[in-house]
Amino acid sequence: MNSVSEDYWDLEISSKQSLFDLKLRDIWRYRDLLQMFVLRDFKAFYKQTILGPVWFFIQPLFTMGVYIFVFGNLAGLSTDGIPQPLFYLAGIICWTYFSDCLLKTSNVFRQEGAILGKVYFPRVIMPLSLIFSNLIRFIVQLVLFLLAISYFVIQGTTLTLSLYLWLFPILILCLALQGLGLGMIVSALTTKYRDVALLLGFGVQLLMYSTTVVYPLSSLNGNIQTIIGLNPITLVIEGVRKGFFNQGLFDLYSLVYLLFSTLIVLILGLIIFNKVERHFVDTI
Amino acid sequence: MGLAVKVENVSKAYQLGQFNTGALSQDLERWWALVRGKEDPFLKIGETNDRSVKGSSNIVWSLKDINLEIEQGGAVGIIGKNGAGKSTLLKILSRVTSPTSGIIRVKGRMASLLEVGTGFHPELTGRENIFLNGAILGMRKREIKKQFDEIVDFAGIERYIDTPVKRYSSGMYVRLAFAVAAHLESEILIVDEVLAVGDAEFQKKCLGKMGNISRGEGKTVLFVSHNMNSVANLCKRSIVLDRGMISMTGDTQKAIEFYRSSSISDNVDIDKGLMDRLKRTTGSARISNFCGIDLLGNESWFFGDDEPVTLGVSIKCFDNIDGLGIYIALESPSSGEIVTNCKAILSSEKLKNQSEEDFVLCVGKEGSFRPGEYNLYVALANPNFTKWYDVIDKNVNLPSLVITSPKIDPHYHSGFFNVSLSVEKRNEKYS
Repeated sequence: MNSVSEDYWDLEISSKQSLFDLKLRDIWRYRDLLQMFVLRDFKAFYKQTILGPVWFFIQPLFTMGVYIFVFGNLAGLSTDGIPQPLFYLAGIICWTYFSDCLLKTSNVFRQEGAILGKVYFPRVIMPLSLIFSNLIRFIVQLVLFLLAISYFVIQGTTLTLSLYLWLFPILILCLALQGLGLGMIVSALTTKYRDVALLLGFGVQLLMYSTTVVYPLSSLNGNIQTIIGLNPITLVIEGVRKGFFNQGLFDLYSLVYLLFSTLIVLILGLIIFNKVERHFVDTI
Repeated sequence: MGLAVKVENVSKAYQLGQFNTGALSQDLERWWALVRGKEDPFLKIGETNDRSVKGSSNIVWSLKDINLEIEQGGAVGIIGKNGAGKSTLLKILSRVTSPTSGIIRVKGRMASLLEVGTGFHPELTGRENIFLNGAILGMRKREIKKQFDEIVDFAGIERYIDTPVKRYSSGMYVRLAFAVAAHLESEILIVDEVLAVGDAEFQKKCLGKMGNISRGEGKTVLFVSHNMNSVANLCKRSIVLDRGMISMTGDTQKAIEFYRSSSISDNVDIDKGLMDRLKRTTGSARISNFCGIDLLGNESWFFGDDEPVTLGVSIKCFDNIDGLGIYIALESPSSGEIVTNCKAILSSEKLKNQSEEDFVLCVGKEGSFRPGEYNLYVALANPNFTKWYDVIDKNVNLPSLVITSPKIDPHYHSGFFNVSLSVEKRNEKYS
């Protein structure tokens, strides 16, 4: 036997592993799989439906209709001078993207347990694929949003864009990574305690009211405004509204805070997820 | 040749019972112990894994201090009873779960096949699923593209390739799934019981393919199966696991014999079989020993496909009888059908009470049987076969007869008997 080759091993499987070994090279090697999962989610979504991808439009449109009726007309909440449909739509599509990312990522071990229990690939591929397949959906909904804006412009409403619009891709990235990070933190808990999943199921709906989907941040005052303003998702929604309509409370400090909090949530999520993925098969 | 896999002191503990409200307090206790730098309080009280005995703690060692070296090339079988730790070992090797302690080192790319069709999506077409499943198993897209035609060909589903797999028959589904897995480009392949699905024909095809992979392409295959015949055909070396520990490693035939003898010794069904046996027969003569005999005269239930199938039988009379006949039937373990049976007169003369006789029987001619596993039925009767003295069937845990063959040809591995095919060239046409 050759003593030189004996010392070289391609792979070591052991009980111990550094917390920060995130296996990024492995993830890169499995990038084709990521693409396959995204394709699968997208194709499987509209197979055997008549309307197909049109369903992506229907959910935000109906939600918008209800919000206009309840919050706009009955409750008479302010929309910062932005036309109601546009105001709600901006909030809805951002919030939907975040909550989808969060809910699906947090359920990933349970949902895909059958695959994860039978074959190895970097586990983080799975939540990443969910972020991307939801991104496709988000982009389709964004088109709807842009169509709605052009409708209002053609109708004669004057809208002023602001320089913050350039931040739009960064805001959406933060939104996705917040969903991913929080989802991964929660997923670690759901493998052992299903309670967390049940809590999150309705909790997400309530959480929406801690962001500025149905009201503008400027309509709040004092401490409440500060507290709601600490929610990173609020900042994203406010930032998007600032970009498209030049309305909303968003400045460079908000951006720094948003980036910083996203980074922390993401790293924390990755570390926890990485620790749990090694044993979840035994407990799920 | 160098090592492909080296397993050092690997153990795996599982927590038994349900995870519910109690789990939280245990977790806190465990966490508190770790914070103080103490040992995990729930791992200390581990014990060997014996599922029939209720232990005192709810932690059980599914694997305990496994040390193993697997050389490159060739197939290694892993056998053992249910719960011996086979699947746990494979799960750890394939990185689905991680060991509680110990380390495994691997050289080369490793792919595992703990199930066929992992991740198949019913709504997607065959083509889409080939790419999806291939990617899940660790193939790159261009590798799959390169092998695509071969995969479709192996599965034999060309016509249905653009149909969603939910419309496939279960056989087509399994064939497609195995076809993808069979074309993995990895140096080490881990296979768990996947051949238990599909019809007998397809099982043999898969086995042939795996033989090709290990022998022809020089890859390493780790193979777990309850089908001793498959293990015997595919693997030269085998490992016997028992209650989470390796009880022997070595030549497959020896390993299977070891496994068989150890599983017979702790089987309580024998008594039940004996009772049953006495009820159905007169008991005037009994089979006191029955075994296969190899060419060297040793007891063995393995016969090469070119060796005579020789059986030794010892009988003892418990009554004065007129004569003795023996009946032997061979049953297919997969279908339970009697494949063939044969009779012979052991003695046409009278036998006295308490007399003992030994006979050697030879079943068929050399090379009559195709490779495979056959269950045996043996019965003693009077020479007219109208009165039955004794019967041995599967209630008595008689080992199965195993015919082995070095041939890879998958056609040769299907069916039960060898019949010749003669060919003659005709010069004139039929009119």
